[in-house]
Amino acid sequence: MAEKTKFFTRLKSYRIRIEPRLSEPPAWYPPLVSLSALIFALILGGILIKLAGGDPIRSYTHIAKASFGNIGVISDTIVKATPILMTALACSVAFRMKLWNIGAEGQFIMGAFGASAVVLTKVLAPETSRWIFIPAMMLAGMAGGAIWGFIPGYLKAKFNVNEIISSLMLNYIAVAWVNFWIFAVWTEAGFQMSPKFPLNAWLPRLTDYAQHIPALRGLTTHMGLLFGILAAIILWLIVFRSCWGYEIRLIGDNPQAARYAGVNISKNTVLVMMLSGALAGLGGMSEVSGMVHRLQTAPIAAGYGFTGIIVAWLSKLNPLVIIFVSILFGALILAGREIQPSGVPKMIQGIILVCLIASDFLLRYRFRIVSTAEEE
Amino acid sequence: MDLIVILQAGVATGTVLLFATIGEILAERSGVMNLGVEGMMLIGAMSAFSTTIATGNPWLGVLVAMLFAGLISQIHAFITITLQADQVVSGLALTFLGTGISLVLGEGLSKAGTVSLMPAFSIPVLSQIPILGPIFFTRHSILVYFGYLLIPLSWYYINRTRPGMHLRAVGEYPAAADALGINVFRMRYLYVFVGGMMAGLAGATISLAVSPGWFSELTTAGQGWIAIGLVIFAQWDPVRAAVGSYAFGALRRLILDIQGPTTLFGIANPFYYNPYWGFFLQMLPYAFTVIVLVIGSREAMRKRIGAPAALGVPYIRGERGL
Repeated sequence: MAEKTKFFTRLKSYRIRIEPRLSEPPAWYPPLVSLSALIFALILGGILIKLAGGDPIRSYTHIAKASFGNIGVISDTIVKATPILMTALACSVAFRMKLWNIGAEGQFIMGAFGASAVVLTKVLAPETSRWIFIPAMMLAGMAGGAIWGFIPGYLKAKFNVNEIISSLMLNYIAVAWVNFWIFAVWTEAGFQMSPKFPLNAWLPRLTDYAQHIPALRGLTTHMGLLFGILAAIILWLIVFRSCWGYEIRLIGDNPQAARYAGVNISKNTVLVMMLSGALAGLGGMSEVSGMVHRLQTAPIAAGYGFTGIIVAWLSKLNPLVIIFVSILFGALILAGREIQPSGVPKMIQGIILVCLIASDFLLRYRFRIVSTAEEE
Repeated sequence: MDLIVILQAGVATGTVLLFATIGEILAERSGVMNLGVEGMMLIGAMSAFSTTIATGNPWLGVLVAMLFAGLISQIHAFITITLQADQVVSGLALTFLGTGISLVLGEGLSKAGTVSLMPAFSIPVLSQIPILGPIFFTRHSILVYFGYLLIPLSWYYINRTRPGMHLRAVGEYPAAADALGINVFRMRYLYVFVGGMMAGLAGATISLAVSPGWFSELTTAGQGWIAIGLVIFAQWDPVRAAVGSYAFGALRRLILDIQGPTTLFGIANPFYYNPYWGFFLQMLPYAFTVIVLVIGSREAMRKRIGAPAALGVPYIRGERGL
């Protein structure tokens, strides 16, 4: 009995204190926190699936099998990850400057439109060489996205218009715009899609080389992945190794200091939004040219822009980390198509983002067990 | 195409935006920006509709919608007020989460058929007024009339009452409010909850009154985001919010109705003969939101008024505020 009282008094004399971290946590700590948040989110998602009448374990093993089970589905996962990679890169550079571009979706769609316009307006003859076709489509796609990023950037710089809402509104406008073209102008026999692109406008896929290397047969991974990885490396160099990148990071961390240092914030706002839009637009180009092979709304406006936001955040805005995280999300989306109820992947994405943001608290604060005597 | 009919329907459509916008104004006045309106509205629309199917009682549906959306909003409150995380990202996360949850729980609801809706009626004397009577007081849902009451009430509450003054103080200068003994944290939690309930009410207004049913994400079709844009246009004032909401409601109705008739003002209706122009009409609400934002932001810059000073800034006791 006495033992027990003693234990409780000792317990009482200690409490958990939350205090701000004064020094940077060790390098292994932030990834560990993110990973724990991810696992926690998956557990939480499992509980919700159970509550909604599903079987969480079956859902998750299904996701794993249907996305990494064999070389064929791994290739499919990568195909799904490619557009996410591009939109996440787009979001990461804007977010780095605390520019909340949530219009990557619309910029992606306009990129797809721009690239398709090169083919469908027949400015280039269908038998034009691939070496001209693909670069022209890339340029047009990036231009389409950049224009769509320029609008909210300019409005923000000039009139201080909230870029979150303006960029989001442009998403809806982009969908209606593409719908107009595929219904009214480029419709194939009255269907809601354009005709298929000529083969020269397709990005090379692994399966195209199957006659030389039989193992590649059926693998639809296309060159867009290469664009994405290259873009990630270049973006990493820009953000962390260039003077411009330093300005972007400075504005994001401390706009006041940036202004005193003579950084032109308005100009950077417009430029970064255009860069962000161009990256998303390149994603749209790679999707129509590498995967869909025609302009069609449903497979293009599939929410890649929004998933990109989560992937960018989960990767702590680091372009190189984004490459790997986007593959995870590609898996989630690929396998999620067959899961019932159909909203599950979206819900899990939401839970992951919520847990991630909440976990940031652990990076800024630490819990310490202190004795009350010490506190007094 | 009868203009009075369009405006009458526009007022009903605008009521959705009105509830969401005033709710967001209350939350932002306390210093918390909640970008999760779209998600909370979907939660509201879904839970109102499914509760009404299960119980046959639309009043219960509205109540559940408000409570569920309010509950979801508290996730945002916890993350931004207690954990001091960025309000933009947390609000985005709430929209994802709300959309996902409403899709999962709303699975199969779209085939559920018809439900009993909120009662609609005309106001006896007022509906006889020429023009205004048929637009504002004829065959509206009870929620529309509740919207009329809410405009002056919320204005009076924010600008003329003691708790309203506390609300403004918390949003403008939380450290001073704290020094006066106002519990900043509790106030912010409370108004985020109120904002969530109003977004839930907005969702319920869609699924139980304006365009009954559950159409997954298309139920709201971005109206939650338009509401957030309207808050800026309204400069955090409920009366201006009402003007904007009803104008947008009328616009949405006009777009739906303008494609029907073969002649328009005596000439051939171009939207009837070129149905594909409808896609450009569909862009209008979103384009207008951007235009309205430009107007609101320019005015705010010129008059040097604008957002509550502490909007988006977590309050940390003992740190130098603002």
